[in-house]
Amino acid sequence: MSTILIADDEPNIVISLEYLMKREGHEVLVARDGDEALAMIGEHHPDLVLLDVMMPGRSGFEVLKSVRADETIAGTRILMLTARGRDTDRAKGEALGANGYVVKPFSTRELAEQVREMLGDD
Amino acid sequence: MRRAEKWLFAGVALVGLVCLAWLIVAGVLLWAVLDPADWATVREALGGRAGLLIFLWALALVPVSAVLRHLIARYITAPARLAEAARLRLDHPVDEPLQADGSFETRQLAAIFNTLIARHRQLQEATDERVAEASRRIELERGRLAALMSELRKSVVVCNLDGRILLYNHRARAQFRRLSGTAEVTGGAELMGLGRSIYTVLDRRLVGHALDTVRRRLDSGTDSPAAQFVTATAGGKLLRVQMSPVTETVDSETEAPRLSGFVLLIENITDDMRADAEKDRLLQSLTEGSRAALANTRAAIEILADGEVDESMRERLLGVIHEEVTGLSERIGQLSDSSAARLRSRWPLEEMLGSELIDAAVRHIEQELPLAAQRKGNGEAIWLKVDSFSILQALAHLAGRVAEAHGANAVELRLSRHSERAALDLLWKAATEANGMDANWEDEPMRTGDEQLSMSVNDVLERHGGTCWHESANGSEHCFRLLLPLAEPGEHPGSQPRQTRESRPEYYDFDLFAITPESHSLDDTELGALTFTVFDTETTGLDPSRDEIIQIGAVRIVNGRVLRQEFFEQLIDPGRSIPTASTAIHGITPEMIRGQPDLDTVLPAFHAFCRDTVLVAHNAAFDMRCLQVAEKRTGVVFDQPVLDTLLLSAVVHEHQAEHNLEAIAERFGLAIIGRHTAIGDAMVTAEIFVRLIPLLAEQGIHTLGEARAAAQKTQFARMRY
Repeated sequence: MSTILIADDEPNIVISLEYLMKREGHEVLVARDGDEALAMIGEHHPDLVLLDVMMPGRSGFEVLKSVRADETIAGTRILMLTARGRDTDRAKGEALGANGYVVKPFSTRELAEQVREMLGDD
Repeated sequence: MRRAEKWLFAGVALVGLVCLAWLIVAGVLLWAVLDPADWATVREALGGRAGLLIFLWALALVPVSAVLRHLIARYITAPARLAEAARLRLDHPVDEPLQADGSFETRQLAAIFNTLIARHRQLQEATDERVAEASRRIELERGRLAALMSELRKSVVVCNLDGRILLYNHRARAQFRRLSGTAEVTGGAELMGLGRSIYTVLDRRLVGHALDTVRRRLDSGTDSPAAQFVTATAGGKLLRVQMSPVTETVDSETEAPRLSGFVLLIENITDDMRADAEKDRLLQSLTEGSRAALANTRAAIEILADGEVDESMRERLLGVIHEEVTGLSERIGQLSDSSAARLRSRWPLEEMLGSELIDAAVRHIEQELPLAAQRKGNGEAIWLKVDSFSILQALAHLAGRVAEAHGANAVELRLSRHSERAALDLLWKAATEANGMDANWEDEPMRTGDEQLSMSVNDVLERHGGTCWHESANGSEHCFRLLLPLAEPGEHPGSQPRQTRESRPEYYDFDLFAITPESHSLDDTELGALTFTVFDTETTGLDPSRDEIIQIGAVRIVNGRVLRQEFFEQLIDPGRSIPTASTAIHGITPEMIRGQPDLDTVLPAFHAFCRDTVLVAHNAAFDMRCLQVAEKRTGVVFDQPVLDTLLLSAVVHEHQAEHNLEAIAERFGLAIIGRHTAIGDAMVTAEIFVRLIPLLAEQGIHTLGEARAAAQKTQFARMRY
C-alpha cells in the first residue's frame, strides 16, 4: 500500500482525487498549500505526490525545486497538475524534475493509470 | 591728355594776351602822359628795339607755359586720372590700391578712396559668407530631416495642397510596394514617387474631408489639429491614416496659420484588425459555445439532485453529464492549442539575432557588475523576438545575485534551441558552498546598481510569453535558463541585403510645395515645371513592326531633377528568340529573360509608371513606334506628349555633326554607365535632357509647345519608322 500526498488548494478537486486514490487502495494525505506540502513530504515521505502548480504561498514549482534540492526527499515521485495549459510550464516542470505533468481537465481513468505506472516502476 | 593740352594752350594764350594787353595799355598810357616832345624822344629810344620788346614778350611766354603745364598736371590731370582709376574700381574689384600724384589734397582723396573700397569689399565678403553659411545650415537641416524621415518606423508622406507627394520615407516606399498590384514589376514606384498624386492610393473625397477637418481645427486654434481616418485600398488592405497640417508662417499673430500642405502617417492595420477579429471570434466561441454544454449539464445535475429518479434515467443523465463535460474539455483543449500560437504579446518585441543579444548582455554585465562575462559556444544563427532592454535588465539582476549570493566572479551566456523556443542560459560556478537558493531570484523586484525596479525577472519573461528557472547539476555548477520566443522566419529585418547606396536617396523636394495646379495646358507649361519619364527600350532588332521589346528602363525627372531612386527596370519575355546579333549589342541572353513577365504584364505597369508625365527618349520615334505596335496587342495606349533628345540636341547644337548618345554625353562631360542597357541609357538620356533645358531657354524655347515645334524643324524629324 502506497502513500499518496495530494497538494492542491481547490477543495472541489481534492474531494474527487482523494476518493479516487483511496479507491485505488492507497493511503491519502492532503495538503492545502505549498508550505504544508513541503512539510508533509519531509515528514511522511509519500510514494507519490499529486502537486498542483497554482497554490498560495509557495507555488508547485517552488515545492518541486525544494524537494529535489533536499537529499532526504529528492527521490520523491511528483506528478504535476495544472490548470495552465502553457507549454512553457510543462518545459519548466520537466526541467525542474517533475516525473509527470497533467493538464486540467483530465480524465480520472487516465490519471489513475498514470499513477499506477509511476508507482509500478519501483 | 588732350584736354590738358587744351588747357595749356588756353592758359598760355591767356597769359600772352594779358601781357600784350598790358604792354599796349602801358604804351597808350605812356603816350597819353608824355607830351609830344618826350614821346618823340621815347619813340626814338625804343624805335628799332620794338622788335626786341616783342621778342622778350614771346620769350616770357616760355617759362609761363612751363609753369602752367606743371600747374595743370598737378591740379587738373592728377585728379582726372584718379577719377578714372576710381571709376574702374566701381565696377570691378582691383587689388592694387589707388596711387595718386599731384597735390596733397589729391593724394588724400586717393587714400580715402582706397579705404572706402577696402571697406566695401569687406562688407561684400562678410555678406557672401553669411549667405553661404545660412545655405549650409539649411542643407544640414534638410539632411537631418531626410535622415529622420527615412528611418522612421511609420510611413510618412508629405503632400502639397494638390495632393502631390513631395516627401516620403523609406518605410512608405516599402509599404506602397506591398500595396501595389504590379509590385513585382514596378516595386510600387507607380504609386509612390515625388510629384505623384496621393489620390491614386487614397480616395480624394476622404482626404478632402480630413483636410476640411484639419482646416477647421486650425482656424479654431486647437493645439494639435489632426484628423484620422481608416480606409480600404483597392487590394483589400486596411490603412489607418493620420493627417496633420503643414502651415506657412504668417507675420501677424491674429491670423490663423495658412495651410500649405499636409503630412500623412500611414499604418497598415490589416494584420492587426485580423488578429483582433480572430481573438474576438475565439472569445465568442468559448462563451457562446459553452452555454449549451453547461445548460445541459446543469439541468441533468439538478434533476439528479431531486432524488426521485429511476435507475435508467439516472444512467442516462450521468451519460449526458459525462458527454457534455468531455466535449467542453475537448473544445477548451482545441481552442487553447490553436490560440496559443496566435495570441501575441502586446508588448513591443523586436526581432534580434541571438548572438547580438548575447554580445550586448556580455557588455552590459561587465559594465554594471564586478563580473567577467563571456559567451559560451557558438550556436547557430537564432533569431529571437525580444524586448532587449528588459532582458538585459533581467540578466543583470540575476548576474548581480550570482555575484552576491554565490560569490562567483565570472558568468557565461549560452543560447540554444529548446523545442519551439530559444533557451538563453546564464552559467556560473558557485564559489561558496551553495546552500540552495533560498529566495526565488526570478520573483523578486529587479535591482541594478542602486536602482530598484518594480518588475521581476518573471514579469519580464511573462511579457515575452516565456518562462525561466534555475537548474543545478551538482551543488556548484549552476544554470539559470530563460525561455524566449523565436522570431517567425522571413520577418528578419536584416535578411534582405541592404542595397549599397552611394548617396543618400532623395525622397523629398520641398520646392514642390509651391507648384500650383496646372491652370494652363501642358504645351504652355515651362519645361522646368513638368514631370518627365525618360525611358529607353532594348529590342530584338531594329524593325518595330517585327521585333519585340525585351527590356524597358525608365527614370523620372521632377522639378528639373533626375530622381535616380524612382526608376523602372524590367526584362520582358518576348515569346520568341533573340538573334545573337542583337545580344551582342545589349547583352541580353535567352537565359536572362527566362521566367520574366511578358509584355502584357509589363506594359500596363509601365503605363502606370508614366502616368501624367511627358515622355522623353533618345530617338524617340523608334521607341514610340514599338509602343504603338504593342498597343494593338495589349490595349495600352501611350498618348502622352513626347520629346526626343536627339532632335533637341540638334536644335541646341545645330552645327555639330554627331547626335548619337555617346557623342552628346561626351559633349556634356557625362560618363555613360551601362551603355545599351535600358536603364543605363535612360539615365544618361535623363542627365542630357536636364542639361538641354537651360540651353533651350537660351534660344528662347521655354515651354513644351515651343520645344516640340523647334524639334519638328530639325532634319532628324523627317525620320520615320
